[in-house]
Amino acid sequence: MNVRGILAIYKFEMARTGRTLMQSIVSPVLSTCLYFIVFGAAIGSRITEVDGVSYGSFIVPGLIMLSLLTQSVSNASFGIYFPRFSGTIYEILSAPVSYLEIVIGYAGAAATKSIILGLIILATAGFFVPLHVAHPLVMLGFLLLTSVTFSLLGFIIGIWADGFEKLQIVPLLVITPLTFLGGTFYSIDMLPPLWQKISLLNPVVYLVSGFRWAFYDKGDVSIVASFMMSMLFLGICLALIAWIFRTGYRLKD
Amino acid sequence: MQPVIQIKNLQKSYKGGFQALKDINLDIAKGEIFALLGPNGAGKTTLISIVCGIVNATGGSVAVDGFDIVTNYRETRSRIGLVPQELTTDAFETVWATVTFSRGLFGKGPNPAHIEKILKQLSLWDKKDSKIMTLSGGMKRRVLIAKALSHDPSILFLDEPTAGVDVELRKDMWNVVRGLQQSGVTIILTTHYIEEAEMMADRVGVIRKGEIILVEDKDLLMRKLGEKQLTIHLQAKLDKIPDKLAKHALHLTDDKKSLVYTYDTAAGRTGITGLLGDLSDAKIRFVDIETQERSLEDIFVNLVHEDKEEDDDA
Repeated sequence: MNVRGILAIYKFEMARTGRTLMQSIVSPVLSTCLYFIVFGAAIGSRITEVDGVSYGSFIVPGLIMLSLLTQSVSNASFGIYFPRFSGTIYEILSAPVSYLEIVIGYAGAAATKSIILGLIILATAGFFVPLHVAHPLVMLGFLLLTSVTFSLLGFIIGIWADGFEKLQIVPLLVITPLTFLGGTFYSIDMLPPLWQKISLLNPVVYLVSGFRWAFYDKGDVSIVASFMMSMLFLGICLALIAWIFRTGYRLKD
Repeated sequence: MQPVIQIKNLQKSYKGGFQALKDINLDIAKGEIFALLGPNGAGKTTLISIVCGIVNATGGSVAVDGFDIVTNYRETRSRIGLVPQELTTDAFETVWATVTFSRGLFGKGPNPAHIEKILKQLSLWDKKDSKIMTLSGGMKRRVLIAKALSHDPSILFLDEPTAGVDVELRKDMWNVVRGLQQSGVTIILTTHYIEEAEMMADRVGVIRKGEIILVEDKDLLMRKLGEKQLTIHLQAKLDKIPDKLAKHALHLTDDKKSLVYTYDTAAGRTGITGLLGDLSDAKIRFVDIETQERSLEDIFVNLVHEDKEEDDDA
């Protein structure tokens, strides 16, 4: 395995974060603070508790998940799309690195950034609401699993996209709506029965629920269902990436 | 001797049916400078891209140092450095960072002394902390060469290396390329500057419409295909070429002061002795004689042109 090659890609991508600190870290943290102010303090003050947890604390896992999903996809998709756009991809393709190593480098860096961001948001949340993490290891496990899975999805989008607009389409038109409708700001028990059933078709429900379970020992669906759904999504992303590299889709003529 | 690159029956077709490469067979010897010439769209970059792993071939095989480029890609790619035609660089990176990145990407451990040596060789040392976007086109080209050399390749592909580079920088680059050859690096270059191939190459290949139409030792090629011109500077102006001299392939220059005789160096008889005798018989006196060899450019243009005519006839 070309470990040095992986590290070169990883370090390159991490250095890019340093250059775009405002966009990568400051902006999502600021957005999350605004969510806390609007939903936690202003609206949340009218909602007493959800599942025995204060509303402000209840939305913390969902808010972290919202940033984690969108940032993983954005970082990874831009990371691989930009070399394609600028033409510097020639160097990656002509280097003695395997496809797996390329994915580890790009998706690994995107996932690292998301995890750091998730932990920063968690720490920021501590300034607004009392926090309690019932299962810290499960919380970290979900953080890792979700950021890796969505970084892989971002990598796929970065390969598929043939313009900057397409990079934004999936995060804006798919992930953000699914996250908002996936129980970030409410428990699906609060919905009418029909909408509860429809919500179970939304994969993000399982991610938010599993993550919330790690915090408060309570979720909309069982932790096993959350874990299985996350693994299924990871498997689909890995299969798609294997296909991309086997066929050279959008990478090699 | 085992060629360092062996290309066998290489083909590349695109979805629309366009055949970019048609059954290419080519061997590159270790340590040589091979110049691949051809008009735009002939298939030069496609050929290089397949050997380097950027484009998938449709058929045929390529071996580098005996290793197949598909099944043993790590072995082949670690031996190759590529300087692409386009100035594709990471605009926001510094020169030092991008060259260090390339070395790591190719699996080599950090070696600041080596990178310093390369940057100094390419006159980039004082720009090492500059962002690439602030550099001129010529300097960016040097950065691409530095990146390609960062992992000590034994084979270097230079795709139009001096395009957009001023004369002084071009000469500097030629010196670097010669130095690399002396250290045992095999160099394959494509170029539009025939002068470059003429000065640098040991062998020349001409590609046209995806087919190699000629591969030849450069000096031999120039001798074999080289016509020479003999210019006879006359003592007095001539109104027209006398009938006695009609049998010779002569041309009177516009100023009427010189006769130009074209002959083939490969022919057993050049006809020069007969011509000089006939000039003397015709009482035509001359003050000077000079000969000029055809350049590789003339040969190249003729080759591509002849081939085009054949196509047109077909």
